[in-house]
Amino acid sequence: MARIGVFTCWCGENVARHVDIEKVTETVAQMPGVRCSINYKYMCSDPGQAQIRDKIQSERLTGLVVASCSPHMHLKTFRKAAQTAGLNPYLVEMANIREHCSWVHHNREEATAKALDLIRMSVEKVKRDHELVPIRVPLTRRALVIGGGVAGIQAALDIADAGHEVALVEREPSIGGKMAGLSETFPTLDCSQCILTPRMVEVGQHPNIKLYTYSEVESVEGYVGNFKITIRQKARYVDMVKCTGCGDCWNSCPIKKNLSEFDCGMGFRKAIYIPFPQAVPARPVIDRLACTRLKRGTGCGLCEKKCQAKAINFADEDKLVVEQAGAVIVATGYKLYNIAKEQDNAQLSGYGEYGYGKYKDVIDALQFERLVSASGPTGGEIKRPSDGKIPQSVVFIKCVGSRDNAKGLAYCSKICCMYTAKHTMLYKHKTPGGEAHVFYMDIRAGGKAYDEFVRRAIEQDGAKYYRGRVSKITEENGKLIVRGADTLAGAPVTIEADMVVLAVAMRPADGVHALAQKLNVGYDEFGFLSESHPKLRPVETNAAGVFICGACHAPKDIPEAVAQASAAAGKTLVMFGREELTREPEIARINEQTCAACYTCVRGCPYTAIERAETLTPKGVHVKYTARVNEGLCMGCGTCVALCPSKSAELEGFTEQQIYSMVESLMT
Amino acid sequence: MTTDTAIIDTAGEIRVQDCYQCGKCTAGCPVAGHMDVMPNQIVRLAQMGMEDRAMLSESVWLCVSCQTCTTRCPKSVDCAGVMDAMRQLSAGRDAVAPAMRNTLIFMRAFLDNIRRNGRLNELELVGQFKTAGFFSSLSIPFLFKDAMLGPKMMSRRKLRLLGKKVRDRAIVKRIFERCHGKTADTPLKKDEQ
Repeated sequence: MARIGVFTCWCGENVARHVDIEKVTETVAQMPGVRCSINYKYMCSDPGQAQIRDKIQSERLTGLVVASCSPHMHLKTFRKAAQTAGLNPYLVEMANIREHCSWVHHNREEATAKALDLIRMSVEKVKRDHELVPIRVPLTRRALVIGGGVAGIQAALDIADAGHEVALVEREPSIGGKMAGLSETFPTLDCSQCILTPRMVEVGQHPNIKLYTYSEVESVEGYVGNFKITIRQKARYVDMVKCTGCGDCWNSCPIKKNLSEFDCGMGFRKAIYIPFPQAVPARPVIDRLACTRLKRGTGCGLCEKKCQAKAINFADEDKLVVEQAGAVIVATGYKLYNIAKEQDNAQLSGYGEYGYGKYKDVIDALQFERLVSASGPTGGEIKRPSDGKIPQSVVFIKCVGSRDNAKGLAYCSKICCMYTAKHTMLYKHKTPGGEAHVFYMDIRAGGKAYDEFVRRAIEQDGAKYYRGRVSKITEENGKLIVRGADTLAGAPVTIEADMVVLAVAMRPADGVHALAQKLNVGYDEFGFLSESHPKLRPVETNAAGVFICGACHAPKDIPEAVAQASAAAGKTLVMFGREELTREPEIARINEQTCAACYTCVRGCPYTAIERAETLTPKGVHVKYTARVNEGLCMGCGTCVALCPSKSAELEGFTEQQIYSMVESLMT
Repeated sequence: MTTDTAIIDTAGEIRVQDCYQCGKCTAGCPVAGHMDVMPNQIVRLAQMGMEDRAMLSESVWLCVSCQTCTTRCPKSVDCAGVMDAMRQLSAGRDAVAPAMRNTLIFMRAFLDNIRRNGRLNELELVGQFKTAGFFSSLSIPFLFKDAMLGPKMMSRRKLRLLGKKVRDRAIVKRIFERCHGKTADTPLKKDEQ
């Protein structure tokens, strides 16, 4: 016989203002199966919980309904209270009479009636609850970090320093990411490489970090605590063990005119190359599309002849490696929005009016970084690409792509205000007498010492800021004619510039969507990966055990990416600190007696949590085939329950019997 | 929001509220250099329900409707449409910047000419414009301004003594009738313009 306790909460005035608590308490006490019905001003407070514990013991309750706020808010609180009093925590239900009732209905009578209905349903449900036990899942204490930029490096080092093994997968031949190509960093103007390369070396030498460069994640299987990741190591044609990184190969390579990816197309590299001198690992790779030997299968082979370590292997092939990991951290970073060329996305369009690609001296911000960088193609001298002259007048345009709904990207890329200010400073410092003009819409410089930095560019270094967009850029007699507006002066502005630098929008890196689908991580309309909660779970995702950090989540600067990476590492370490993982037991179960093995559920499950299984007798004789739920993977969404034609799938804690009884209680 | 802003909003589904004042319209406008109020400021005035000020600007009559502003607007605000709406408002209320009075008179004479002939009769237009302009300004020099252009244009066959009319003037009349009554305070819908 059910002995249910109902505890109605005032929530201060939140519920009591519109719901007649006394009437509710009295009426509920008459409901069949209800043993006691009390109310209190704050049920979640210590005295409130004490009353619940007392009643469980004194009335020997078999189930609990707390009529108060949303279960999101306090279900855990009340389950814990029940558990302390010796009641299985899954025998606790909540009737949400705040969000679903008092906050939305202000007619006292109607609100009271609805509160009663909500409680009546919960009472019927709790009567049919079963005792459940959390699922225990074993845990592999190894992490996989995807992306070797500054965020990935930080996350990998934090976890490795805590004593756990990390596999770091990077798509490019070297780790370092976008930051390795930057010149100096705001707001301190310290050299990007000087602060990053020691961290890169640390990753390369760390005993706990296994580095997979020039590799990509092929597939992901398993679930939180027990991921099995297949990594494709692309053919490098260089034996990483034998190679000493001496440089004889790339010095002898005759194929010189390949645009350097690292220099954003501003410089050249050989067909066998390391992306930049400080690369980690300092091992070259052969560009299979550029190398004459690999294209023709015969000839050249100069690098092979010159290599004393015999490390060149033209017969190299892609290899698949399997890694086990308990947690995955995604740090795939960003790419720049494509200004003029074909777009990869039908919703986007380019900026024909700025002539990027048509005029050589219209460049993007990352290209400018390479021009200013001491390790860049010009050795840090700002020379314009068309004729190598030093530009005497440079126009910087912000919000190119960003905040431009007509081109398809509504968001602010966040870092452009700061790096444009930095660009004007670097340009002014290197070019005495040079003019820096900036077109901006708003200056967004929130951050420690950020606004001061922008003001310094304007007040001390003399960058000219115009509040307005640029409509068109044309070329006349070797000059770029920039037609913009100064909305503060209320006049159009025309500037004859030698070079134009576009602060282009940040977009998530290529391939991140395919990766997100492999990991069951969501992404927003612009392709940035979605966090679990925008405030309280910023590095978690809706896929348990998968964390995100850096610019794959949203445009961010270096400090923010690093902070988020450490947060993701911290969350991983919290997980690794446990003996084993526990999961909520409210998951699907298949009744193997009635299952007809049609496998509709297997095909329909969005989490690939249902497997084909075979029932055997104890002696190992085949009885039948069935579907079986993997407890580690099931998220309890109930899709299989809806799909199953033989009604063999049930969701624990939400059985059909329970749902029907709730509906029935409303009808009577 | 005033009713006047609502007029603009219904004009061509122009969402003036979307404008974030980036100034790209002003930046690309070929006649902005001659304007007293910049295109982005016209949109701003419309946004704030200050059409009275916007329609009294010279800019709305200087706009050549080239649509560059509308084409390049990052927020897809039809800036040229706002200009158009302002002109209609200005004409409907007969409130116009003093320097632009003759422009409005010319426009009216031009339309009236078309309405009656179905096509332009240049000589008649000159007569209409000069008469109306004279009564408005009471300026004798205005009457004879540009008079010396007449013989030149005549010699190049740009000015005919006897203008021709189109055959089916009923259709032209119907077009004008459809527009009439709507021009006063309600600008036309897109497909009727």
